[in-house]
Amino acid sequence: MSPDRLVYMANQIGKFFEVQRSDETVPGIANHIKKFWDPRMRKAIFAYLDEGGDGLDPPVREALEQLKAEAQGRGRPTPETSFQGT
Amino acid sequence: MSLIQEIDYGTPRSKAAKSVSLTVDGVAVTVPEGTSIMRAAMEVGTQIPKLCATDMLDAFGSCRLCLVEIQGRAGTPASCTTPVMEGMVVHTQTDRLKRIRKGVMELYISDHPLDCLTCSANGDCELQDMAGAVGLREVRYGYDGEKHANPGVDTSNPYFTFDPSKCIVCSRCVRACEEVQGTFALTIAGRGFDSVVSPSMEESFLASECVSCGACVQACPTATLNEKSVIDIGTPEHSVVTTCAYCGVGCAFKAEMRGEEVVRMLPYKDGKANRGHSCVKGRFAFGYATHKDRVLKPMIRSKITDPWREVSWDEAIAYAASEFKRIQAKYGKGSVGGITSSRCTNEETFLVQKLVRAGFGNNNVDTCARVCHSPTGYGLKTTYGTSAGTQDFDSVEQSDVIMIIGANPTDGHPVFASRMKKRLRQGAKLIILDPRRIDMVRTPHIEADYHLPLKPGTNVAVVTSLAHVIVTEGLVNESFVRTRCDFDEFQDWAEFVARPEHSPEAVEKVSGVPAELIRGAARLYAKGGNGAIYYGLGVTEHSQGSTTVMAIANLAMATGNIGREGVGVNPLRGQNNVQGSCDMGSFPHEVSGYRHVSDDATRAMFEALWGVPLDAEPGLRIPNMIDAAVDGSFKGLYIQGEDILQSDPDTKHMAAGLAAMECVVVQDLFLVETTNYAHVFLPGSTFLEKNGTFTNAERRIQMVRKVMQPKNGYEDWQITQLLSNALGFPMHYNHPSEIMDEVAALTPTFAGVSFKKLDELGSVQWPCNANAPEGTPVMHINGFVRGKGKFVITEYVATDEKTGPRFPLLLTTGRILSQYNVGAQTRRTANVIWHEEDRLEIHPHDAEQRGVCDGDWVKLASRAGETSLRATITERVAPGVVYTTFHHPVTQANVVTTEFSDWATNCPEYKVTAVQVMPSNGPTQWQEEYEELSRASRQIAEPAVIAAE
Repeated sequence: MSPDRLVYMANQIGKFFEVQRSDETVPGIANHIKKFWDPRMRKAIFAYLDEGGDGLDPPVREALEQLKAEAQGRGRPTPETSFQGT
Repeated sequence: MSLIQEIDYGTPRSKAAKSVSLTVDGVAVTVPEGTSIMRAAMEVGTQIPKLCATDMLDAFGSCRLCLVEIQGRAGTPASCTTPVMEGMVVHTQTDRLKRIRKGVMELYISDHPLDCLTCSANGDCELQDMAGAVGLREVRYGYDGEKHANPGVDTSNPYFTFDPSKCIVCSRCVRACEEVQGTFALTIAGRGFDSVVSPSMEESFLASECVSCGACVQACPTATLNEKSVIDIGTPEHSVVTTCAYCGVGCAFKAEMRGEEVVRMLPYKDGKANRGHSCVKGRFAFGYATHKDRVLKPMIRSKITDPWREVSWDEAIAYAASEFKRIQAKYGKGSVGGITSSRCTNEETFLVQKLVRAGFGNNNVDTCARVCHSPTGYGLKTTYGTSAGTQDFDSVEQSDVIMIIGANPTDGHPVFASRMKKRLRQGAKLIILDPRRIDMVRTPHIEADYHLPLKPGTNVAVVTSLAHVIVTEGLVNESFVRTRCDFDEFQDWAEFVARPEHSPEAVEKVSGVPAELIRGAARLYAKGGNGAIYYGLGVTEHSQGSTTVMAIANLAMATGNIGREGVGVNPLRGQNNVQGSCDMGSFPHEVSGYRHVSDDATRAMFEALWGVPLDAEPGLRIPNMIDAAVDGSFKGLYIQGEDILQSDPDTKHMAAGLAAMECVVVQDLFLVETTNYAHVFLPGSTFLEKNGTFTNAERRIQMVRKVMQPKNGYEDWQITQLLSNALGFPMHYNHPSEIMDEVAALTPTFAGVSFKKLDELGSVQWPCNANAPEGTPVMHINGFVRGKGKFVITEYVATDEKTGPRFPLLLTTGRILSQYNVGAQTRRTANVIWHEEDRLEIHPHDAEQRGVCDGDWVKLASRAGETSLRATITERVAPGVVYTTFHHPVTQANVVTTEFSDWATNCPEYKVTAVQVMPSNGPTQWQEEYEELSRASRQIAEPAVIAAE
């Protein structure tokens, strides 16, 4: 998957959650990507993150770091947020 | 089987709560106050003779046949126009009445051609019936008297004829056009014997404003207005109630048949979505089912450059299954997927997603709702807890203010538009947010109180600005918000929308909507009584589609316009079964009933019944599938009933994705554009050839009933079952009812749904379960499904699709009344007479600047691609905005649209594309190349000839 496209999509998600309650911004981004992105898309953006992750907005980067850690069995599970859209 | 004869009560049902008791011919009857004597009589089985009355129309009192005598009253009043009174004693048959009726009938018959035996309405003529009912045995004025005005038969409409010589001037057609359809295309011209029904200013039906809804034909008591199919075939002998397969209104029809031939489709009065009305598509455009272009034999080919080879079903299914298995073995489990269709039944979509999840073993399943209403699912689930509209269609009858956002109901949802227009004529107010001046802005007897002609892409700014006015001017329904919503979130939201940057004056700068219009519209919506919002793809198909849905939901909560009749948030769904396809678990992240695949308990339920483990990770959405195909990790796709090459955005990218796959299986009626890139073609069946259910925009589940054997040999669910069996995941359904039983067992909101219940009740609206055994017409009455309603901050983020010197105009796309989506069905009917080609609407100012005249060929170019089509110069679009439809593959409007999409759902941003328009001599090089590719890829090899020896 093209990293440019994935970065663009992730930042789009970030722009929505950036203006929500501050305690839901990063978990909101992380949850959205976890719930709606196919694993290969997540894997591709994690790889891009490992290469420096240029262009990722700060909260998006933070959310992806958390997700990656969770995927690798390191971090805590991404908490649920009040955004339960499907 | 026999012909279903619906009772005609003569006048509409009164909705009064108070009852009145009377006696009709000695029989006691109690009816609601306001009921006509005619209707009260029919309630006890007494059919008073009538000609100008029918229960679809208000009483008119012109034919003078329905006279009655009322004890204690002088004269012989018309029973259709006389309301019942307490204690009234009515006589419907007396010597005096008999004499009068015979006299009236003599007059009618003396002015009517007596060619009954060769008349197309023979046996289906109310004039004939009434002559019999009143015992007419002679006509004292002779049979060769002056005949009614006869300017000749008008055959201009492709579907019905108009023979004025047979007209009895009952005005039923004129009134149907006014009261039911709301077009006002007909009138009675002339007087006395010269009286004649006149479309527009004595024009032909085709040249008039008539929209061919068929209401006049249905209302006509004689053969004056008659379906051409009846004239050609004869009267039907049996009928079956089924559901239309066009838009999301979900009209119920009687398919009136002679053998296996459809004679006509008549709207069913008991249909709760359409209440006996129809549009030109559902009523007349069913001929595609028998069109010569239908491909009825399975075909395969190794490469997309090979000609197709007709094969047996066994060979086609075996080949498709082996290819999917080969691909998964080589590229991995996640390298294949499927697409369900919003044109197919609930049962069929459920099976496709089941095949993908259990047969393929992944969650790579998506549906065409991805490109239309997926933001509705996200937005309404987030705010209210349910991915669906809140009301039934009847609710509009209680609305005081109707707000239409990004929808064009008279074209996209015409039957519901007629109901809306009726309510508006009764006095409801109208607000429209749309870049175009759609018909509803100003149409006979209707004018929008506010039309906000916003710049494409600024929905969030404008809807948030409406909220600004509501909050800053103290128009919030605080008691509703405090009791029904999360008040902390409300306060955050109120603070957000009250900021100066959301004021109408500030938003005017980005949206182009004058501030006073935003203020006026907000005040009207908040203070005007029951406020109902209806929206369409002009809301969802944006990079902020989901945000706009949530902004709309915020508005309804802030004003308390949710949870009762007359209000609500109502997505007007595009295709017939968009709601159902989503309900059935067609999205890659959730199973039926909108439950995420990562939920262990839910998955366990499915795993127990299906006997296989299910993937807990979400799969690919359609655009992700195409990206992955281009990238090389997605290689096989099973597509049931969707033409993604024509309907999805950025055609070149889509073509590249499809071309990169090793096995594309298309199950469809025709060799649609996507089949250019397919390796297996499985012939599909039409809605006339299958059993099942559709779910319409109001969550109403309705029966689809087979009226003929599938011409391709199988119903679509059977084909999916064959494929699944060949893949090694056995399915053993004998009837779609068994599939619905499985859906009910696995889906809490469908727990009470069964074919038996649908047969008994006609339809039900989900949730239908132990809490609501007969369904749920209006949702969120005592509380939101999610608990407290959630206010969401809706920051406006301008789309990245910017105009500039190269592409200075904004293109928005949509559909028109006579055509449906990619046109695969409607282009194969006589509907093409109204729309032979896609046209580009352009404002006179923009046209003049470019030297473009009406009808000229123009090139339409964006950074994604270019196409050419002819221009229509109109002020329906604002300067700087152009508009086209996407019904014709020769235009391929989506070669111009881009990859931008909704942030939450990847729903494409069809409604905003920066373009340039310039004069052109004809098709572009791309169009010529595509046509050549298309021609080559549709070639079918001659069957091999086996020598006799």
